[in-house]
Amino acid sequence: MKPERIVGRVSSAPGSGKTSEPPPVGAKSFLGRPGERLERRIFSRRNPTSSATPSGYAIKPLTRPTVLLALAALALPSFAQDLRGTGDLGLVIERASGSVQLLDTTQKTALQRVEGLGDLSHASTVFSRDARYAYVFGRDGGLTKIDLLTGKIVKRVIQSGNSIGGAISQDGRIIAAANYTPGGVKFFDSETLALLSEIPARSEVTGALSKVVGLEDSTGNRFAFSLFEAGEIWLADLSADPKTPKVTRYPGIGKEPYDALVTGEGRWYVAGLFGEDGIAVLDLWHPERGVKRALPDYGRGDQKLPVYKMPHLETWAVAGNLAFIPGVGRHEVVLVDIATWQKVGTIPVAGQPVFVMADPTGRRLWVNFAFPHYDTVQVIDVESRQIVHTMKPGKAVLHMEFTPRGEHVWLSVRDENRIQIHDAASFAKIGEIPAQAPSGIFFSARAHRFGL
Amino acid sequence: MKPHSWLTTLLLLPCAHPALGAPPSALRQQELTRFVRQECGFCHGLHLTGGLGSPLTAAALAGKPREALEAAILYGRTGTAMPGWTPHLSEPDAVWIVNALLQGFPR
Ligand code: HEC
Repeated sequence: MKPERIVGRVSSAPGSGKTSEPPPVGAKSFLGRPGERLERRIFSRRNPTSSATPSGYAIKPLTRPTVLLALAALALPSFAQDLRGTGDLGLVIERASGSVQLLDTTQKTALQRVEGLGDLSHASTVFSRDARYAYVFGRDGGLTKIDLLTGKIVKRVIQSGNSIGGAISQDGRIIAAANYTPGGVKFFDSETLALLSEIPARSEVTGALSKVVGLEDSTGNRFAFSLFEAGEIWLADLSADPKTPKVTRYPGIGKEPYDALVTGEGRWYVAGLFGEDGIAVLDLWHPERGVKRALPDYGRGDQKLPVYKMPHLETWAVAGNLAFIPGVGRHEVVLVDIATWQKVGTIPVAGQPVFVMADPTGRRLWVNFAFPHYDTVQVIDVESRQIVHTMKPGKAVLHMEFTPRGEHVWLSVRDENRIQIHDAASFAKIGEIPAQAPSGIFFSARAHRFGL
Repeated sequence: MKPHSWLTTLLLLPCAHPALGAPPSALRQQELTRFVRQECGFCHGLHLTGGLGSPLTAAALAGKPREALEAAILYGRTGTAMPGWTPHLSEPDAVWIVNALLQGFPR
């Protein structure tokens, strides 16, 4: 990846990534100290919250012989039983209790709960490029790095008063956090969470700080984000030096950008506007061409129906040239031709869509809704543009996440305090995991995608 | 932010004032507490300390006219992201919520 070989910790090269990780990365730290690991496993089996362990096991108190057996097993030279990958792991945010549960999508279980993460309303997560660590961005400005293998908090910093989300650089070395108050973006070394640099979102036009929304990562260690009050898009380039980001400002892009997305290949940055109709588009292959406005007939229009929850754009579903995006304040999914950026149709749905997500095969879209229709999920067939399934998993379906190849979808049903696992082809429910007021579900496969 | 005003909202509303219905029952109060934390929390933060929406802590709201706050809840604030919650919340609901907010919202 990089020509020079970094041997020790190079302090002048912030975020120098895995290669400079402090020494014992050997078997010991990977597997954990045997005693500690055993303790944790015993604990998690007893702990009713990790309930998805195969039934009887969860309730039966561990007898001494069992412990001895387990100890004996650990004493064996083979550690193979403990070695595992992270590609099928993930986590769910428990928004009210400030905790997350680590998830295993192969076993379809929760592995353990990690507590003490602060206010997690609207929390989001990105993953390290080796998919071992999750970085959780909390509403209270907390940024927490969790080791998916050991279930430990590796590092936690309070980086601002009020934060909304984050991103990770193409090379995985830089974590970016977007903040509401004080408005701006902060950049951290992904290994140590040491602050590298920050960009206050003070508009040169209005002179005031804005809330930062729609922070997305793209190619070349660039990050794009939008200023809510000022109506600007900024592009920060950290490729030369993460300590001195080069910022390009695009003022006057439209009223109140509220969220944004980067398309899967990292080329298009698209900001949705709340204060007026239309979207703002920046071509990251050609940032010199500036921001263009598109889709003049996309938005709330004249009716201005109340919007109880802002739709999310991040997971914008693209199939061929067609993008499927949530209508704002309207009960419809909007079809956009991204070659021409024209609206080419709408699909009526059960409520105001929040997420319109394509399954990883691109064949179907799964849609959830804002209050008061948030007990419903609809599935749209991309080819025929028909709704092929409607289900009511329970009150407050807040989020949906697909397994990496799309065979299953996991739904968080907040008010039922559970995650539901469904077969993505037959829609049948195939599992359920208790969780406290779950919101976002994030799987580690996100590590390898832009703009999530 | 922008110079929108409570006045406009107020003028648009004939009468958003209390005592037109019975105060919410204990059960309804529980529902409302949860509702505000969860549904309003999307924009105002679970701890109501602000997000896309302004902070709704007792300190932030101190001194603001109750009627304006109730009207904001029932009818929204034109030109901002604050939606109106009629018919999902009634006037007595809004009165109760504003009162609770001004006293520091229950957990
Ligand atoms: C979609 C986002 C959103 C949701 C959901 C939302 N609000 Fe708001 N709210 C706002 C915004 C934005 C403002 C600031 C409006 C302004 O600039 O005056 C606001 C303002 C307010 C105000 C006036 C505060 C003041 O200082 O004058 C009150 C009261 C309020 N909201 C209560 C609520 C309640 C109660 C709920 C839930 C029933 C709720 N809001 C849900 C976005 C939202």
